[in-house]
Amino acid sequence: FGERKDDSEDTELRFVTCQSLWHEIKSETEQIQEDLNKQLFDNLVSFLRRSHSEFQEKTTKWTCQMKSREIPTAALVLGVNVTDHDLTFRSLSEVLQNNVTPYIALLEAKDCPGIKNLMQKLMGQLMNCYIDVESLEDEDYVQVSQNRIRCSMTSLINWYESVTKKTDSETLSKKRTSSSRHWQSPPVVVIFKDMESFTTKVLQDFIVISSQHIRELPLVLIFGIATSPMIIHSLLPHSVSSLLCIELFQSLSCKEHLSTIIDKLLLTTQFPFKLGEKVLQVLINIFLYHDFSVQNFIKGFQLSVVEHFYSQPLSVLCCQLVDAKKRVDSLSHDQCENIRRLPSFRRYVESQASEKQIALLTADNFLKETIQKLLEDLHVYHENYVSVLRCLHVFTSSLPKYPLGKQIRELHCACLENRVWETEEYESSLQLARMLNKSDLVTLLQQCVEIFVSSSGKEFGKTVEKLKEFLTQFQTLEAEAFQERDVSVSSQKELQKTTDLYHLQKTLLELKESRRSKKLTKFEMLRFEVVDYIDSLVRNYLVPADHKTLHEIVYFNSASILRAHLNAAPRIALHTALNNPYCYLKNQALKSDGGSISNKAPDICIVYKLHLECGRLINLVDWLEAFSTVVMAAEGSKADAASSDQVDDTIHARFIRAVSELELLGFIKPSKQKTDHVARLTWGGC
Amino acid sequence: MSQPEGKGSGALEVKFVPDEEVLKHIADDAGVKVRKDKTQLTVSVKRFVKKLENISDDEAQEILEEKNYVAALGICAQDPVGNGSSVSGGEVYSFQTPKCSSKMAELASALAQTPGQSVAPECPEKTAKTPQSSKRSSSNKVQQRSKKKEFVSTTPYRLRKRLAAPDPYLESESEYSASCSEEEDEEDQKEVSAVGRKTPAKTKAASMPPPRNTLAKKIKEDKMSNLVEEYFEAHSSSKVLTSDRTLQKLQKRRLNQQTLHDLLKKAPLAYAAEIKELNQQHESLFSKWMLQLHLGFNILLYGLGSKRDLLEKFRTSVLQDSVHLVVNGYFPSITVRSILNSITEEVLDHIGTFRSPLDQLEFVIKRFKEDSSLELYVLIHNLDSQMLRGERSQQILAQLSSLPSIYLIASIDHINAPLMWDQAKLSLYNWLWYETTTFSPYVEETSYENSLLVQQSGSLALSSLTHVLRSLTLNARGIFRLLAQYQLENKDNPSYPGLSFQDFYQQCREAFLVNSDLTLRAQLTEFRDHKLIRTKRGTDGVEYLLIPVDDSTLTDFLEKEDEDV
Repeated sequence: FGERKDDSEDTELRFVTCQSLWHEIKSETEQIQEDLNKQLFDNLVSFLRRSHSEFQEKTTKWTCQMKSREIPTAALVLGVNVTDHDLTFRSLSEVLQNNVTPYIALLEAKDCPGIKNLMQKLMGQLMNCYIDVESLEDEDYVQVSQNRIRCSMTSLINWYESVTKKTDSETLSKKRTSSSRHWQSPPVVVIFKDMESFTTKVLQDFIVISSQHIRELPLVLIFGIATSPMIIHSLLPHSVSSLLCIELFQSLSCKEHLSTIIDKLLLTTQFPFKLGEKVLQVLINIFLYHDFSVQNFIKGFQLSVVEHFYSQPLSVLCCQLVDAKKRVDSLSHDQCENIRRLPSFRRYVESQASEKQIALLTADNFLKETIQKLLEDLHVYHENYVSVLRCLHVFTSSLPKYPLGKQIRELHCACLENRVWETEEYESSLQLARMLNKSDLVTLLQQCVEIFVSSSGKEFGKTVEKLKEFLTQFQTLEAEAFQERDVSVSSQKELQKTTDLYHLQKTLLELKESRRSKKLTKFEMLRFEVVDYIDSLVRNYLVPADHKTLHEIVYFNSASILRAHLNAAPRIALHTALNNPYCYLKNQALKSDGGSISNKAPDICIVYKLHLECGRLINLVDWLEAFSTVVMAAEGSKADAASSDQVDDTIHARFIRAVSELELLGFIKPSKQKTDHVARLTWGGC
Repeated sequence: MSQPEGKGSGALEVKFVPDEEVLKHIADDAGVKVRKDKTQLTVSVKRFVKKLENISDDEAQEILEEKNYVAALGICAQDPVGNGSSVSGGEVYSFQTPKCSSKMAELASALAQTPGQSVAPECPEKTAKTPQSSKRSSSNKVQQRSKKKEFVSTTPYRLRKRLAAPDPYLESESEYSASCSEEEDEEDQKEVSAVGRKTPAKTKAASMPPPRNTLAKKIKEDKMSNLVEEYFEAHSSSKVLTSDRTLQKLQKRRLNQQTLHDLLKKAPLAYAAEIKELNQQHESLFSKWMLQLHLGFNILLYGLGSKRDLLEKFRTSVLQDSVHLVVNGYFPSITVRSILNSITEEVLDHIGTFRSPLDQLEFVIKRFKEDSSLELYVLIHNLDSQMLRGERSQQILAQLSSLPSIYLIASIDHINAPLMWDQAKLSLYNWLWYETTTFSPYVEETSYENSLLVQQSGSLALSSLTHVLRSLTLNARGIFRLLAQYQLENKDNPSYPGLSFQDFYQQCREAFLVNSDLTLRAQLTEFRDHKLIRTKRGTDGVEYLLIPVDDSTLTDFLEKEDEDV
């Protein structure tokens, strides 16, 4: 892997850091995935157990249920992010294999164009897995491959019977290990990964056939559904769907999945690597606008990790704080120079006293010390940032209309972008926060306290104290308010006592007066205090990362690279190249403004430009002539008009080449509608 | 008049346009149209005025929506992308206003006139700077000037004359392309100006005063349906507005492949230095590509120009010591099976056949999973070629590329190439896109294409003809001769349908070649099996026979036959 051709010496180290970091991240995401799916899988497993428990007991109930020939079916609604499903199914089959049954077949629509292929695939998978589990001898393998030739339900049943018998005898004779894991006659689970793309005919046939044999073969179907459970009924006619006994399972939505991922990957101090605002925005946008695929999000994240370590020589310091400090000590002179060149570091230097400036810029040792200090600062900043961000999110997410966004990632982006307290949204959210009622406020404060207590930051002792103080104040207020209410009740009573109209009016006026003067009750005062305090926290801790010194080391910010690689626009690139070759070929002769191109542009550009002027069909002769006019003018040959009928051979050849290149690019195709015409394939051919 | 320079300004700024603004803009447009509709009630404006308005509306809307979308995607405008890839989608995909072919000639002359001739043409490099600055302001004028000159070259003018003639619907469109019929144009202009002093094309809807919003929504709805109708209207009419000239009338011999190749070789490659620089830029990415390939990504190259040399260079400079497979996707007979075969046979040293490509794929996957030391680099030139763009082949390739020890680096050229892949395939491929615009000519890639302009040498067809016929009986040869002769006699008739079966039978009988209807049929079946003839049913249900070989080959064939006999 020694391909990195930078001149700096610690590429090796950087690469290793990158790899280890990525592996950490990957395992973390897998862990998250597992946790998220756990609930779903548990439900499924219990369903599977339940579905054929009767089969085990062989009670009359089972037979009477099976008279109706219903196949227990789990409809698994997974959402539109098809690309993530693979992973889910893989882990699902793993879980099932460990817990319920060894007999699992995963079927995909593309493998099963007909019922025959489906059966083939099914048998193959079931029998292979059977071999895996029981590790049979070779002769059985031959048997299996023979079986494969004539695949029918009966052979499947025979196989199943022989297998279960064998396991029965084995388990009886030997220890009961396998039976403790699986039952004596474990169900056969068939998973249709993408139910929507199966041909209805195949599905129907399979269901009808297998329902005939359900008594001998405990079959369970699992449908993977991307759209909505209604699809089962629209795909299958009633006669078929009545053979199924469907239970619905809903997987976690991909958005929630993404929030958890962001929460666990970005909003922690566990990983030193951070995404810049724009990069995060790009990744989220790709997610929201294109595919809803968490897998792709993670891929983008991986790419940014790689890019960061590849392009930033100082990323060697992007590791855990302890290691980073060690590495700072061993920095070379060149690397020190690199650091001095960082814009954020320059700002820092400029803010220092003059003698310190000189020391920073000349003495490497002093520089290293400072860097260590700064890195520590950065680390502390991150710790504080995360908890304050969560705290702020607690506040803003409860406000009506969500001025700062519902999700914490939106808030995170806003905070990274610029000083959040300068934005209008922040203003409005603070105003809204000042109108919260007491019970909400108390719960919010309690949540904040929890966040701060659980956070690792050391500076939050005071904050927690302060917040707790607020809470106690609220409690005392409550008590006071209780008393006050007594007072007011008594005054009410007084009111009732008075019978005189004049007196009544007077007391009412007094009450009104008092209310107006007491506009800021104690509660309101306290509320203001709380909000102001939160505000001060935000101003203290949620400084955008760009303002921090040495942020370049841990933040990856080149969103354009990421965009170009993940969300490329090949059509636009082609269009630009054809329309404006100067973008690529930096020759003055090609420079032009507006939409026009100079007549010295490459042939294909000229031909393209000319073809844009045409309708649905293009006459090759006209085209050729127009082309030669342009080219001749460019070459300055004084071709008089009379001889322009006769086109130079070279120009003709160049034209042919350009046209066939356009054909390759898919702009035109030969047309039979008229002789010597080509058809335009792009829009605008009206 | 809509000059081509008007739209598509190269350095387009993409800025964020909030939804309200777009809505407002649409409302504006719609409002204008409401007005138009009203005026239409009072003064019966010609239909096309509204139509044109519609189109420009749609266009504006389209562009704005695209912009909005691009902006929503984020940032591309703010990032210093450098190579100006921040063209809004609207520019690429928008509706073009209708034009007819004479515009091409106009543009050509405009292009020809702009920089080159205004200054001394001998030193274009130096003078190139000067005309540029003046060009923008004068581009409009230049074009008009060229119109007034009425074209020195005679042909396009003739062409335009002819264009002025045909049916009224097309004429109304040709109004747009101007200058073809002076009087009519003027009439139109008058009419339009009577309505409200708006020339149809130039009235940019945005400059109109804002109207009431209430009607806007309704209009918006039926604008959508208008758009659809517009499309089908444009594509349903079989009449196409092009001239009838053919290459044959040009009195220009068709070039064959060889001369074409030689000529192109002689022609100097334009901007060689710049192209070289571009290539060097791309070559600096090689090490990065390697790294990313190893990290599980696959590399996809796109952009104008042949990427073959680049990949070739990548191969020779980096992959020299590793196992790699080069697939020339542009080769017309490449299949997935052949790719898989070369993997199994040459990389995995497996002898034996497979029942289906899927089995083969499974085998390959299994082998690569078992043996982690196996590594394979696959380079595919033109992943989007005719043969590989099918769904199944892409699926197989995607599954191959998803193997961690197979590293795929491929190039695409077709504008619609990304449509090949759905989300599932994309995630299997795990692409990293790299823009590598090289501007180098597609020499290899296009060499297999049957270009209209290149004369097919026909030597292959001829030899196959003679070979097949030599194996047939004398009578059969005679039958074929008859048909060939008849076809050659009718070669000047462009609507020659072929020889009807009954006539053919008559002729054959007269020549004592067959004795019954059935024997002739049997004979014809044999011809058909060898693809010597083609039959098709005419409108009257009669069967017509044709030899699907071009006339020159047929003549050659007959001559040769005569020699033999």
